Amino acid sequence: MTYEVDSTAVAASTPEKKQPWKELGLKKDEYERIVEILGRRPTSAELAMYSVMWSEHCSYKSSKIYLRQFGEKVTDEMKKHLMVGMGENAGVVDIGEGWAVTFKVESHNHPSYIEPFQGAATGVGGIVRDILTMGARPIAVMDQLRFGAVEHPDTARVVHGVVNGIGFYGNCLGLPNIGGETVFDKVYQGNPLVNALSVGAMKHADIKLAKASNPGDLVILFGARTGADGIGGVSVLASETFDADGPSRRPAVQVGDPFAEKVLIECCLELYAADVVAGIQDLGGAGLSCATSELASNGNAGMRVQLKDVLLRDESLTPEEILMSESQERMMAIVPPKKLKAFMAIVDKWEVETSVLGEVIDEPRLYIMWGEDEIVNVPPRTVAHDGPVYERPVKYPKWIDELNANGVIAAGLRRAEVASDLAAELVQVISSPNQASKSWITDQYDHYVGGNTALAMPDDSGMVRVSETSGLGVALATDANGRYGQLDPYAGAQLALAEAYRNVAASGAAPLAVTNCLNFGSPENPEVMWQFKQATAGLADGCLALGIPVTGGNVSFYNQTGDVAIHPTPVVGVLGVIDDVARRVPSGWQDEGNNIYLLGVTRDELDGSVWSEVIHDHLGGKPPVVDLAEEKKLADLLHGATLQGLLASAHDLSEGGLAQTMVESCLRFNVGARIWLGELQERDNLDTTAALFSESTARVLVSVGREDDVKFVGLCEARGVSVLRIGVTDGRGDDALLQVKDLADFSLQDLREPWAATIPDLFG
Amino acid sequence: MKIGVVTFPGTLDDRDAARAARLAGAEVVSLWHADTNLHKVDAVVLPGGFSYGDYLRCGAIAAQAPVMESIIKAANGGLPVLGICNGFQVLVESHLLPGGLIRNEHQNFICRDQKLRVENVDTAWTNEFELGQEITIPLKNGEGGYIATQETLKQLEGDGLIAFRYLELNPNGSMNDIAGLRNARGNVVGLMPHPEHAVEPGFGPDTATAMRSGVDGLKFFTSVMKALVNA
Repeated sequence: MTYEVDSTAVAASTPEKKQPWKELGLKKDEYERIVEILGRRPTSAELAMYSVMWSEHCSYKSSKIYLRQFGEKVTDEMKKHLMVGMGENAGVVDIGEGWAVTFKVESHNHPSYIEPFQGAATGVGGIVRDILTMGARPIAVMDQLRFGAVEHPDTARVVHGVVNGIGFYGNCLGLPNIGGETVFDKVYQGNPLVNALSVGAMKHADIKLAKASNPGDLVILFGARTGADGIGGVSVLASETFDADGPSRRPAVQVGDPFAEKVLIECCLELYAADVVAGIQDLGGAGLSCATSELASNGNAGMRVQLKDVLLRDESLTPEEILMSESQERMMAIVPPKKLKAFMAIVDKWEVETSVLGEVIDEPRLYIMWGEDEIVNVPPRTVAHDGPVYERPVKYPKWIDELNANGVIAAGLRRAEVASDLAAELVQVISSPNQASKSWITDQYDHYVGGNTALAMPDDSGMVRVSETSGLGVALATDANGRYGQLDPYAGAQLALAEAYRNVAASGAAPLAVTNCLNFGSPENPEVMWQFKQATAGLADGCLALGIPVTGGNVSFYNQTGDVAIHPTPVVGVLGVIDDVARRVPSGWQDEGNNIYLLGVTRDELDGSVWSEVIHDHLGGKPPVVDLAEEKKLADLLHGATLQGLLASAHDLSEGGLAQTMVESCLRFNVGARIWLGELQERDNLDTTAALFSESTARVLVSVGREDDVKFVGLCEARGVSVLRIGVTDGRGDDALLQVKDLADFSLQDLREPWAATIPDLFG
Repeated sequence: MKIGVVTFPGTLDDRDAARAARLAGAEVVSLWHADTNLHKVDAVVLPGGFSYGDYLRCGAIAAQAPVMESIIKAANGGLPVLGICNGFQVLVESHLLPGGLIRNEHQNFICRDQKLRVENVDTAWTNEFELGQEITIPLKNGEGGYIATQETLKQLEGDGLIAFRYLELNPNGSMNDIAGLRNARGNVVGLMPHPEHAVEPGFGPDTATAMRSGVDGLKFFTSVMKALVNA
C-alpha cells in the first residue's frame, strides 16, 4: 500500500485535479474561496482542514450573526466581572477573593445517538478539557439530557448508554456530578440531546489562553496517541488514495479513556503551577487542524509543524487523517525552549507521552510538513477565524399561529372539579416520567468526590465550595423547556434563563453569568432559522434585563428525526456566587412548625404546562408571561433573606407548578405540611387546577422559622414582592402527611412511592 | 503524627483523605506510587479512585506499585493502613486482607448515603467507635461486591475480622453484608464506603438534624491518632 503525497508543489502543478469538496461538505463557492485564498487548488490535507474548520460545528457560520448580540447587548456593569469573554475555550468570571471560575456547556448530541455510551462519555471528556485549557482545575460537571418517548423501544438503549457513559467517564475523573435535567419527549426520538457542563476554578493569575505568539516557542502535542477516532467524513480522501482493499472506512464516533484524561488533568495542573506553558489548547473537534490553526491565529503568529512526529496508535493513518483525528485526551502546549526540560520532567512523572512537533514562527503562516513534503501552507486565520458567514433565509412559520391559538381554554381541556379527581391528577403529574424522581440516574454519579459539594440534585442548583478557607463558592443551574420553545422561541429562551436564574437565587447565591447550549433543527430550514433568531434575541434581551452576561456557549444544529426538527431547546446555564456555602438554602422543608410562604403572583397559565401534557396530551397556546423585572426583584429578595439567614428552604415553581414544588419540598427531607389554597385562589382569582398546576414565573415557595416571620414578611413588603402564607410544615417521616385543605391528605409514603418508582420501573 | 496519603495515577479521593487526616490533627505527607520511600509516616491511607484506570482488575496493578512494596512490608510490621474503596481493593489484591471485590450485583455504579454497623472496635482505625454503633457514610462504587470462599468467610466471622457490615440495604451484593474487614493484628482496615467524605459539617451525608451534617467518618482518623499516641 503506497500513499501518494499531495504536496503543495504537486497541487500547484496539477490545478485541474478534481477534488471531493462536495463529499467533505463544502459548498462550491466555499471551495472557490479556498482556491482564491491559496492562489492554487488546496492540497488534500488543506482541503480536509478547511472543510472541517469551516463546518457548521466548528465555524458557527449560520449562527455567528446572531451570537454577536451576546457581546453587544451588554452594559459596562455586566462586563465588570467578566475576565475572559466569548470566543475562548470557555468564559471566565471573577468571583472575588482573587478567585475566578470558568464554565461552559457543550453538546454531543449526534454521536450519542449513534453510540450512546461513548458519545456521552466523550462529551464529558471534551467539556472538561475546555475548562482545563483555561488554566482551571475542573471542580464539577452537570448534564442536560433529552430522550425520546419512554414507551418507544429504542429509548432504553439510548438512556442506558448515555447514563452509563456519563457515569463511566465522570466518575473516573473524580469530578462531582452536581445536577442536570432529564426530559423525555417523542421529538427527541431519533435525536437525543446530550449536553454536558463543566465548571473550574483558578486564581486570577493562573488564567491561560490558547495562543502561540512568541516565535521560537515549541509546539508540543501530549496525552493519548493519535488514532482513527472520529475521522468520519474525511475517509473520502483516504478512499481515493488507498487501494480498494485498504482500510477505507473510519469510525465516526470517538472512544474515551477517562483514566488518560484524569492523568492529563493532574499533569496539566502541575505544568501550569510550574509556569512552563505559554499557551495551551485541547484537541477536540477537528483535532490538530483546529489546535494548530487556532493557536497560531489567536497569537497573530505562525507555526511550522512536522506531522511525522505525531505519535500514532495506527501507523497506517494518512496525513489528512492525522490532521482530522478526534482522538480524545490530547492537548497541545506552546512551550518556551528554555522551559522544555522542566516541561518534560513533569510529563515524564505522569508518564504522559509527548512529542515536539515544531515551533512558532514570526510569519503569520501555518506550514505543515509530512517528512520532506510540505502538505499545508495556509494563513491560519483563514482556517480558524475567517470562515464563511451566512445570513440564512428566515421564514416565520405560519403553523405557529394555529398552535398559539389552540390554548388549553380554546381546546376546551377539561378541568377536574371533584377533590378526589384533582388529587389523582396531582399524583399523575408528579409521577409522570419528566416530573418523577431522577435518582435512578443521579445515584449512578459520584457527587461526593472532592469534598466540596454543598448542594447537588435534587436541590434547585448544584453548589460547590471554591475556597476552603472562606467558604466562597459557586452555584449552577441549567434549564430548558422545549415545549415552551415550540410555542414561542423568544419567550422559551427567556423562560429557560429565568428558571435557571431563579434556581440559583433560591439556593442562596447571587446570579453572575450565563452559558448556553442552543439545540435546534437544520439551519437550512428557514423556519428553524426563525426559531433560532427569536431564541437568541430572547436570550440576549433577557440577559441584558437581568444584568448578567453570556460568557460563552455552543450551538448544535441539525437536530431532527428525518425532516422533523426537535423543539427549539436552548439550554441555559446560570452561575451564581455565594460568599460562604454554609449559607446555602436547601429545596426541602427541614423543620416542623415553619411557616410556608408563596412568593410571587399566580396567573391561570396552563398552556404548554406539564398538566396539559400529562393529563390531556396537549401542546398549544402561549407560554407563561415572562417578567424579568419581577424575577430580579425576587432574586434580590432571596439573596437578602439568605444573608440574614431567614430561609429554612426555598424551592422554585416551574414545571408542574405549586403541586410539584410542594410535593418535592415534602419529600426532600420527609417533612409533611398543611397547605391551604383558598386565600391564594381568592387573591389571584384562580380555580384549583390553576392554583395547583399553573406554571406562572417569578414564584418561589419558601419556609421560614416562626422566630423570623415578622422580619421576613417585612422584607418582602419592603421590596414589593407578593407574599402569601399558604401553610405550615407539620410532621416528619413516612407517616407524615401533606394535607391540602379541601383537596386531600396524602401520606408522604403514598407520594414517594409513585414518584420514586416511575424511572426505575421503566429503565431499571 | 504523620499520615501518608498515597496517590496512584487515577487516584481520585487523595485530597479528600488528606483533608480528613488534617481535620483529625495529623500532618499529611503525600506518597507517590513510583516511590518506595514512605518518608517515616506513622500511618498510611490508600484512597479511592481508579488506580491505573483499574485496567486488568480493580487494584491489581496498584498492588504491584513500588510504593506498595514498602507499605506491605510496613503493614506486616504493624504500620496502621486504611484502604478505602479502591484502596480496599488494593489491600485485597496485595493479600493484606482476604477475598475479592467484584462488579456490583445490579451491574450499576451506585452513590448513596450508606448505613453501616461497626462490628469491631479493636483496630487502629475504629477504636473511637462503640461496638455495634450505627454510622452513615457515603458509598460510591461499581465493583464493591465482596466475595470469599466459604472457608474464608467462616474464618472471618469466627475470628471477628469483619469490621463493618451494611445495614438496611446491601448495596452491591456483598457476602454476609460485609462492608469492611480488619486483619488479625488490627492495624490494617479496608472498606468500600468512604469515611473521608463524612468529616466536615456541610459536606457529608444528610442526618436527621441537618442537611449534609454527617461526620461519622472523622472517627476513623481520630481513632488512628489515638492509637498512635498510645502506641
